[in-house]
Amino acid sequence: MRHIISVLVENEAGVLSRVAGLFSARGFNVESLTVAPVGTGETSRITLVTAGDGPIIEQILKQLNKLVPVIQVTDLSDSPHVGRELLLVKVLTEAGHPERGGRQEVLNIVQIFQARVVDATPGSLIIEVTGSADKLDACLALLEPYGVADMVRTGQVALARGSRK
Amino acid sequence: MQLTGAEIVVRCLLEEGVRVVFGYPGGAALYIYDEMHKQEERLTHFLVRHEQGALHAADGYARVTGEVGVALVTSGPGATNAVTGLATAYMDSIPILCISAQVPVPLIGNDAFQEVDTVGITRSCTKHNYLVRDVRDLARVLREAFYIAKSGRPGPVLVDIPKDVSNTLCEYTPPDGDVTIRSYRPTIKGHMRQIRRAVEMLQAAKRPLLYTGGGVVLANASKGLQQLTRTLNLPITNTLMGLGSFPATDGRFIGMLGMHGTYEANMAVSHCDLLVAIGARFDDRVTGKVADFATQAKIIHIDVDPTSISKNVRVDLPIVGDVRAVLEQINALIQEENCAEKQEDILRWWEQIEAWRAKNCLHFTQDDRVIESQYVIQTLCNLTRGQAIISTDVGQHQMWAAQFYEFQYPRHWLTSGGLGTMGYGLPAAIGAQVARPNKPVIVITGDGSIQMNIQELGTCLQYRLPVKIVILNNGFLGMVRQWQEFFYNKRYAQTDLEIAPDFVKLAEAYGALGLRTDRPDEVESILRQGLEHPGTVLMDFRVRREANVYPMVPAGKALNEMLLGELL
Repeated sequence: MRHIISVLVENEAGVLSRVAGLFSARGFNVESLTVAPVGTGETSRITLVTAGDGPIIEQILKQLNKLVPVIQVTDLSDSPHVGRELLLVKVLTEAGHPERGGRQEVLNIVQIFQARVVDATPGSLIIEVTGSADKLDACLALLEPYGVADMVRTGQVALARGSRK
Repeated sequence: MQLTGAEIVVRCLLEEGVRVVFGYPGGAALYIYDEMHKQEERLTHFLVRHEQGALHAADGYARVTGEVGVALVTSGPGATNAVTGLATAYMDSIPILCISAQVPVPLIGNDAFQEVDTVGITRSCTKHNYLVRDVRDLARVLREAFYIAKSGRPGPVLVDIPKDVSNTLCEYTPPDGDVTIRSYRPTIKGHMRQIRRAVEMLQAAKRPLLYTGGGVVLANASKGLQQLTRTLNLPITNTLMGLGSFPATDGRFIGMLGMHGTYEANMAVSHCDLLVAIGARFDDRVTGKVADFATQAKIIHIDVDPTSISKNVRVDLPIVGDVRAVLEQINALIQEENCAEKQEDILRWWEQIEAWRAKNCLHFTQDDRVIESQYVIQTLCNLTRGQAIISTDVGQHQMWAAQFYEFQYPRHWLTSGGLGTMGYGLPAAIGAQVARPNKPVIVITGDGSIQMNIQELGTCLQYRLPVKIVILNNGFLGMVRQWQEFFYNKRYAQTDLEIAPDFVKLAEAYGALGLRTDRPDEVESILRQGLEHPGTVLMDFRVRREANVYPMVPAGKALNEMLLGELL
């Protein structure tokens, strides 16, 4: 089962390699990992998506907690949470290239997924999509036939619902 | 008060009560060495012959004293040579501070002379490590390093100090109060509800067994363990790392368990209905085939490190806390509730254990022609009345030492249990002898292992350390040969050490006393002569070439599938 693990760490040199090294050394799987400073910049938030059965996840949580610069570890999958991921995708469109797909059709897809066009040239569009990983997959599947030149995904970030920290 | 980085290093060491440093100098470490030289009356430096030796010596010092052992190495090769020592200490949870010098900050990342990414290389074999880029962080980092090394589950911490940092002036503030790190807070006391359940389970068990490890030694919990064992008259088995925490001559002790454990210990694990694991981590050398480990038992696991719990074996009752504190809580409750009287009758269980013990699984025969290694260790144990500090290397001699030396006290047994580091024994003995100048310190080793750090004889002689070295010399890498005999159809690939130095002459070349025999009837007199000699002694015992350590649980088999010796 997939788990979203949120790790609050001291924002200091080497902390990311401690976390990444832990996963590689112990053979834990990482589907995605995002990291950025939060608050006043003294701390960073790492959001990890991993998969494994109960005992593996229990070990992952304990091993993360054992790292000295780790302040707090939360398995968000345990309870209701909001998860989001961002996708930037560059789609090639018809202008000057009649063999390519219709620009208007691409814009329709953008609308369906409540996505946004963030860059446009005569032959390309960059589209920004936010949402669950499933939604991003669905949107990509529709865009692919038109010619996806490049893309990047952030990996999932998430927060627990309600007042729980 | 303005101090240089090097002055801060020495001052912080003194503030932590450090009196001894093991190390090896080099270019990037020069300022620190210069400062140590100025303060040599307060801080004694022991010059080893290889950085690995410095780390093992600091490790031996730490195991014997319970204090943080300190090693000092230079950048680049100094740091990489220290890695095996750090990994050894990390696997066995030994508190060490390793200070490594680094190239100056502006050169870091430029492939400078004697530069390596020391914190990168040592990240996975230290409890924590630091690169100090700013001298203003130095004192805080050193204090944190000591605190992390010795608290919770202990371990080695490395502090990497660039050369320019050690030569930069900075305002120094003495420590105010204890170190606190918001992201690091080990649990000390056990949860009272869990303690209560543990006591109920102990009281109700018909076939209880204590299985205790190095955590008892590290937590100085031997007294509490003995009280628990005696109050409830429990059978107790130790892991390799736990030897000495309970006296081997007490009848409740049923020997070591695991791959080379006793028949009675392994059978007891397989048949007990309650297994209480204390400061032990269910290592694969202990459990054998995990699926068949202690299948009839409920398991209680007491450990300071939550990651150890339910890592290899699911447990029924976890208690996270300092082993000493938890044992005190349990003992207090047992007394308060008068549990000894309400306890289930375990007499039949003891009868069963005695029947297993009667098999006498460690039996061997010493004839009058070829020396058996077991006989040498048994004689050594008799001559020293089990009171010596014993260090070992890794292999057959290590297992025989564990089986045949009857340890009476904790912190008298130094062995690389987790990592299995050949070359550990002699330098660890140096650290132990420095810590305990008036105690007999004896290295039990093999002809393969001793050659991995034999250069440390020079250190012994330089500081007149009366370490005694007992080589069980069979001309083989014996443990690997044993596996080849059992599992590779006697194809002895690269285990025959055809050429060995004349160890007696080698000892003499260093200025030590060298003794040798291949005659069983001379074993005792050679040991006596060696033990009575006031200086460093190397004793070369030519033992049976192809002897095997029994019992043996083949890797991947269950504990009750032991191979017993030919004679049983």
